[in-house]
Amino acid sequence: MKKLINQPADVVSEALLGIEAAHPELRVDHPNKVIYRADAPVSGKVALISGGGSGHEPLHGGFVGPGMLDAACAGEMFTSPVPEQMLTATKAVDGGAGVLHIVKNYTGDVMNFEMAAELAAAETGVQVTSVVVDDDVAVQDSLYTAGRRGVGGTVLLEKIAGAAADQGRSLTEVADVAKTVNAQSRSMGMALTSCTVPAAGQPTFEIGDGEMEIGVGIHGEPGRKRVPLAPAKEVAEMLVEPILTDLPFSSGDGVIAFVNGMGGTPLIELYLMYNEVARILDRHGVRIARSLVGPYITSLEMAGCSVTLMKVTDDLLELWDAPVNTPALRWGV
Amino acid sequence: MSDAVTLSGLTAWIRGFAALIDAHKEELTQLDSAIGDADHGTNMDRGMTAVLAALDGDEYPSSAALFKKIGMTLVSSIGGASGPLYGTFFLRFGSAAGDNDAIDAEALAAALRAGLDGVVARGKAEAGDKTMYDALAPAADALDKELAAGAGLGHALQAAADAAEKGRDATTPMLARKGRASYLGERSVGHQDPGATSAALMMRAAASALG
Repeated sequence: MKKLINQPADVVSEALLGIEAAHPELRVDHPNKVIYRADAPVSGKVALISGGGSGHEPLHGGFVGPGMLDAACAGEMFTSPVPEQMLTATKAVDGGAGVLHIVKNYTGDVMNFEMAAELAAAETGVQVTSVVVDDDVAVQDSLYTAGRRGVGGTVLLEKIAGAAADQGRSLTEVADVAKTVNAQSRSMGMALTSCTVPAAGQPTFEIGDGEMEIGVGIHGEPGRKRVPLAPAKEVAEMLVEPILTDLPFSSGDGVIAFVNGMGGTPLIELYLMYNEVARILDRHGVRIARSLVGPYITSLEMAGCSVTLMKVTDDLLELWDAPVNTPALRWGV
Repeated sequence: MSDAVTLSGLTAWIRGFAALIDAHKEELTQLDSAIGDADHGTNMDRGMTAVLAALDGDEYPSSAALFKKIGMTLVSSIGGASGPLYGTFFLRFGSAAGDNDAIDAEALAAALRAGLDGVVARGKAEAGDKTMYDALAPAADALDKELAAGAGLGHALQAAADAAEKGRDATTPMLARKGRASYLGERSVGHQDPGATSAALMMRAAASALG
């Protein structure tokens, strides 16, 4: 394992020290590992908190700031935060209008946020509503599974719901916007290499030079199938086709097209992939209303990418375009 | 009240469990790499290390107080799914064990059953889902059966630990339907479940310390 670290056990806490030093507009509660916008709580505004395992940066800490999240709880590497962190964050960000918990659909995240919401209800008067993101078409959803994973759609949801909260909408309205974004978003990911979790010290999965994993999540967990490495245009088909047939998207629909890097893939390859994705969408008559290209929800140094498409409405598009000022997303300010 | 288990016996069980987790943490992480996200050993070790610190730092007047502390410590230090599941197991175990400084064999079995019910409530797992339930449920069944047949606690706990290990081994051919492994579908088949493995270690520690 070659990594720029000191001790594996200190990676998360030392990274939080760096985030605080680099971003005076953020405030970090180190014992609880919570990143706040420095001016939280914002009086009268619905507050948004999210969180999850570390190793997905900039998700979620990089999205804390005006127009997006009020706080992000950083769990251990690939491990969800604990209820105490979320409870602390919930109390700290409530500006009197309630708090929305944005939870990715992973068993641990769901259970810990559930316990936090139970504790918040028992110990505080803060009104909490949760929304669970489950946009990953790689997982066959059924009564007998934990359901689909929450992946790239989380980024779009945090931005759009954050804008709705900034407009002064109520907790119910912000939660409804978040649920709409989730219902309209679909994602699919792939990996060329495994990542290495620092504490494990070795790659999570072995993969041959001529192979790739299709349908991966964001934790280095293996995907649904392993296939021979193919040119980018074929990879793009493998990612976009299952998305288009799932919602389904119709000819004439407008979408936000998001090509996400998993951490180990350079931008030149992501833009090349975006070109392939755009051509497929054009062939299907799907109109790209807005785009996002870059590493926004990563899996340490795993090479690979994911594609997320979100069907837009005028309201959602206006919320997407609204000003945002965070370390990783910034426009209109 | 023959076979009564004292607070120091219960503490020895937890210390033994922590030692087994420490000895097997790499194996647990290895098992989790195959079907999860490669952190079960690290996470359980972090939680049990925090529990040892809590045991060293304080005296607990009753089993209820002891296991409440253990459960809360696990919930607040592990994260992931294992934190709420093991945390809930010990919280429920402690509530059932009650405000005593010693419990008899039947009360111990009832507490184990209450802990198991807590895991089911929190994780919504059923038999055959390829989770810690598949090791814990046969252990609770074996403990009840042996005690009902008049076995001593030592013998009954050995049978429970054996049943947990058999249940753990039986997870290998199962298709995961809960947790991160469920995302793999058919590819989860052929791998032993890490949660069932740590649960079997917990029952083995009980047999060693309380038997």
